Amino acid sequence: MPPSTPPPPAVPFPGSRPSRFARVFLLLFGLTTAASWWAARVDLPTLFSREALQNALVFLVDGFPPALSSEFLLFLVRPALETVQISLLGTAVALLIGLPLGVLALRFLPYGGSRAILSLFRSVPELVWALVFVRATGLGPFPGVLAIGVAYGGVLGKVYSEIFEAVDPRPLEALQATGASRWRVFWYGMVPQAFPHLVSYTLYRWECAIRASAILGFVGAGGIGQQIEISMRMFNFGEVVTLIGILVLMVAGTDALSLRLRRRLL
Amino acid sequence: MAWEAPTARAVPAPPRAALTTWLGWGVLGAALVWSYHGTAADLGAVLGPEGLAQMTAYVRRLFPPDFSSALLREAAIGSAETFAISFLGTLLAVLIALILVFFASANLAFAGLLFEMERPAIRAARVLLYGGARGLLNLLRTVPEIVWAILFVFMVGLGPFPGVLALGVHTAGVLGKLFAEVLENVDPRPIEALQGTGARRLQVLAYGILPQVLPHFLSYTLYRWEVNIRVAAIMGFVGAGGLGQRIHIAISLFLEHQLLTLVLAIYALVTTVDALSAYLRRRLL
Repeated sequence: MPPSTPPPPAVPFPGSRPSRFARVFLLLFGLTTAASWWAARVDLPTLFSREALQNALVFLVDGFPPALSSEFLLFLVRPALETVQISLLGTAVALLIGLPLGVLALRFLPYGGSRAILSLFRSVPELVWALVFVRATGLGPFPGVLAIGVAYGGVLGKVYSEIFEAVDPRPLEALQATGASRWRVFWYGMVPQAFPHLVSYTLYRWECAIRASAILGFVGAGGIGQQIEISMRMFNFGEVVTLIGILVLMVAGTDALSLRLRRRLL
Repeated sequence: MAWEAPTARAVPAPPRAALTTWLGWGVLGAALVWSYHGTAADLGAVLGPEGLAQMTAYVRRLFPPDFSSALLREAAIGSAETFAISFLGTLLAVLIALILVFFASANLAFAGLLFEMERPAIRAARVLLYGGARGLLNLLRTVPEIVWAILFVFMVGLGPFPGVLALGVHTAGVLGKLFAEVLENVDPRPIEALQGTGARRLQVLAYGILPQVLPHFLSYTLYRWEVNIRVAAIMGFVGAGGLGQRIHIAISLFLEHQLLTLVLAIYALVTTVDALSAYLRRRLL
């Protein structure tokens, strides 16, 4: 007699009653949406009111044509370059913070404390770090550098340790079998595999840093954000449109450059 | 015949780094030096004894955190607003992105299997729609959230609502781009199979494409939610509600003890949302 095969597990028929998890999930989702609607004071009538539309129209009418006088554009060269400088140096500081902490956060090393530090660094938004550093070191682009360095250091450290842990384990085992110490396994087994990914992710964060450094100016940390804030306060929408345009160009340029570099790398 | 060791082949010398690579590192180094001077950076001053003393003095002023009931209530309201901004903002973004993405992915708009038999005039119209949707997504994405927030505060007034709108439109640009990439990389075989049975486009979409892409959409949405809770926490700096508004006030008025409490609230909120998102990812994907 042929051995009887076990019956296949019952496949839930699609369209049958949703599982308990699905029902609880949908209920909580609905409740959260309703509560958020209330807490965020969503006000659709205001959004589509005549006043709001008039305000949008004022912005568009005053914003176009944008301010393109040569003295204004020349005046903007410095803040725009400053934004680039903040992002570059900020990413470098982030690398200095993130790399050692990220390596220490590896699970096979006994330094769990660095995980907690990284988590603190990245959970506090860079704008708040900027405020703290503006208080500690004074106004200007430097606190922006430190803010990006610390906040992105937290992100880089976490992602670096994830990249290290995702490498192919076989070379590591081979190294271990030869009696290599932990650090040798790390240096000769993990680093060569992880290197391109580390560089690629760092480049990606640099893209984000351009955006971030542009807005740090809102709290007095230099760069083009400070100009946006000033022009907005003076309701000079022509200047605001110019500034947004420059920001968009800078972000797009960085994206393209970083994409090219990453393509070559991976 | 005895086994013979293969003669060792000449091992090629490790490739020397190309000139462009060295040039690249040189440019990077020069850019860093330029940035160091341009930003008036002074790491020595920060890490030197004086800088460290100043920092520790500032940190010491933050302690102890203010746990008075009035402030705790403020922090709770701020946290609720921030959570609501991130939640509704992400939801709004998904709605906008889902509408735009079906025009912004080439294989659903005009190209490939689904449109082999399309008349040229209609196809040209569809290409135009595609270009428009792509351009709109790019505009939404490249203008930062905080700038959108300024514009919406100007439009509808202070409060968390403009924050929701700002997060919604910016994130819609980001998600739209990511969703379009997913859609353009779907496996074409189920589509062919469905077409072979005579399914119409909408049916192909429902049974051939959506089942493939929805898990990716969900994963990206959860990821953006984690990003957005951090952004929602700072929206208040331009008047768009949440914890950021309270932090801005606390900093401007030198209320350092309150500042620490509010920063702790951000930390707790961000950590909670990260954990929640990780849980949902495990359960739903």
